[in-house]
Amino acid sequence: MAIRERLSGNEAVAIAMRQINPDVVAAFPITPSTEIPQYFASFVNNGQVDTEFVPVESEHSAMSACIGAESAGARTITATSSNGLALMWEMLYIAASSRLPIVLNAVNRALSGPLNIHNDHSDTMGARDSGWIQIYGETSQEAYDNMVMALRIAEHEDVMLPVMNCYDGFITSHAVENLDLIEDENVKAFVGEYKPKHYLLNKDEKIAMGPLDLPPYYTEHKYQQHMAMVNAKKVILDVAADFEKMTGRKYGLFEEYKMDDAEIAIVVMNSTAGTAKYVVNQLREKGVKAGLVKIRVYRPFPVEEIAEALSKCKAVAVMDKAASFNAAGGPLYTDVTSALYAAGATVPAVSYVYGLGGRDVKTTDIEKVYTTLEEIAKTGEVKERFNWLALRD
Amino acid sequence: MAYNLKELAKNPDRLAGGHKMCAGCGAPTVVRAVLRAIKPEDRAVIGSATGCLEVSTFTYPYTAWKDSFVHSAFENCGATVSGVEAAYASLKKQGKLDYEGETKFIAFGGDGGTYDIGLQSLSGAMERGHDMVYVCYDNGAYMNTGIQRSSATPTFADTTTSPAGSKVPGKQQLKKDLTMIMASHNLPYVAQSAPLGNFSDLGKKAEKAIYTKGACFLNVLAPCPRGWRYDTPKLLDLCKLAVDTCVWPLYEVENGKLTITYTPKTKLPVEDFLKVQGRFRHMFKKGNEWMIEKFQADVDAKWEELQRMQG
Repeated sequence: MAIRERLSGNEAVAIAMRQINPDVVAAFPITPSTEIPQYFASFVNNGQVDTEFVPVESEHSAMSACIGAESAGARTITATSSNGLALMWEMLYIAASSRLPIVLNAVNRALSGPLNIHNDHSDTMGARDSGWIQIYGETSQEAYDNMVMALRIAEHEDVMLPVMNCYDGFITSHAVENLDLIEDENVKAFVGEYKPKHYLLNKDEKIAMGPLDLPPYYTEHKYQQHMAMVNAKKVILDVAADFEKMTGRKYGLFEEYKMDDAEIAIVVMNSTAGTAKYVVNQLREKGVKAGLVKIRVYRPFPVEEIAEALSKCKAVAVMDKAASFNAAGGPLYTDVTSALYAAGATVPAVSYVYGLGGRDVKTTDIEKVYTTLEEIAKTGEVKERFNWLALRD
Repeated sequence: MAYNLKELAKNPDRLAGGHKMCAGCGAPTVVRAVLRAIKPEDRAVIGSATGCLEVSTFTYPYTAWKDSFVHSAFENCGATVSGVEAAYASLKKQGKLDYEGETKFIAFGGDGGTYDIGLQSLSGAMERGHDMVYVCYDNGAYMNTGIQRSSATPTFADTTTSPAGSKVPGKQQLKKDLTMIMASHNLPYVAQSAPLGNFSDLGKKAEKAIYTKGACFLNVLAPCPRGWRYDTPKLLDLCKLAVDTCVWPLYEVENGKLTITYTPKTKLPVEDFLKVQGRFRHMFKKGNEWMIEKFQADVDAKWEELQRMQG
């Protein structure tokens, strides 16, 4: 029987970590992810887990210690946000290229500067091509569920890549929601024991990690890394299928909300999807065929699947809670439109940058996006491709 | 047990030959001497910061390390090896390691990776008290990128970013005293050493550091023939001059108690150390006598301070 609870996203994720009982957690506090190491340190000091908690002196050292621990053969988890993730940058690439299945709870917060502690996706968007699998969650329930699924994906022998469990700072990390927890023993059984193949502390095989890798082999190693990301898609779906058997909660690469007959749709990530679904419901009552696609798996990017889901629409808006300073739309917009082009789809798609640095996203803002999409669907004409939502004059 | 090089030399080398370090480089000599102090029956995981030692000993698909080895980046060897040690502590506690005996964790970094870019990571790892040894092989500049000054570069040394120019004669600052900084971390064992004679000083200190529970730190002089510009077979003679001039005093700090482990019978003038190295050549030009005088005064002041601290 599931356990009904009221928890914040961070608390739920920390509980998932307690249930998993990882070998090592190394983390450094940064708002809004701080509660994760806080809760977890109390689990450690109260003897509820066997984990070695390493309270490092920076996020760079957090990821470095995770790399050392995971290389040694320990199941390893961390958490961070914003500038903390930025300070890890160098090590994110090294973790991924060393094929270390570390899990990082990335509580999304705007990246400096200027300094801002509130939510947007500029932190994890910058790390989107660092070689980490990125999974995004709308609610505390999804953040919890994704944490439970993450290790099975990361540690799968066809994958062996680190995973970021991304969810919105404050909105999801701190707001208390109702959710269903899984029983401790079921989480343990689902995640299973970690049995690495090659690791530093293996008594039967000494290994060397982190070589100087020159032109004769570097490309092949990068290709293997690429293939691991390609393989991850199937593994993510397989793990989700098993998860559904256990909990009844169904997860895919993305969620389609009222997309069966949708003529206009927005593509969105994380907590804004909740607000947008409300707007979709209102529009549906008025007879507008509105739909929504919520990205769950952003890396690997579900190129064919997204194109197929959107190609039937007459107009699409891609919402980015991060600006990409390329003068050409946000990162999700670039990925979605490139997927549509590759599939030969000709649906008009516009970009909206919104909700930066914790700016509230109102239903009236989302309505405006759908209104614009209705006009595009009607006329076939795109007046403005690159838009900033609810911008002050 | 008395130190016996002949006996210790029977232990199998834990760093294989055939690596690509330069002839006359101090680093592999230091590494071998330190690793020789590990009991042959004990396991070890060795870490290294990015630098000459790492790139020359572990170029894919070859490794010269006979123990498990990990490298991740330049500035984080302390943190990386602390993670390995934490994994060991966790797995051992949980009964997940199915073998008896001890595993030792030893991190190596050059002065660039230790005094400078890696200082924070080192400080964190040592302060947290991981059961590991961090060994700095100090060659006094960023040698792997082509001899740029570091905070370990001695005053007046000619490097590619502190060149001995017509207006500014080499590095202007004093060398950072990292050994004292590490001693201030309240570690159970901190020592400064060099490869000398029968390696007894380095061998004994390495053994103490490796077999003292907790975080220990060794700062070991490791001359670089490219950066210091000396006659390569003179590596050990040069180390001897460094300690006999008191440019590089040998001492240890055990649970806060400082002991000078070598006092030269006759303290030699710094010129003896400086004149055999190309990086100090400009100090011997006419009119530059003041540089040698200042260098001598700085060395004397440090040596006197050390003696005062010993009490």
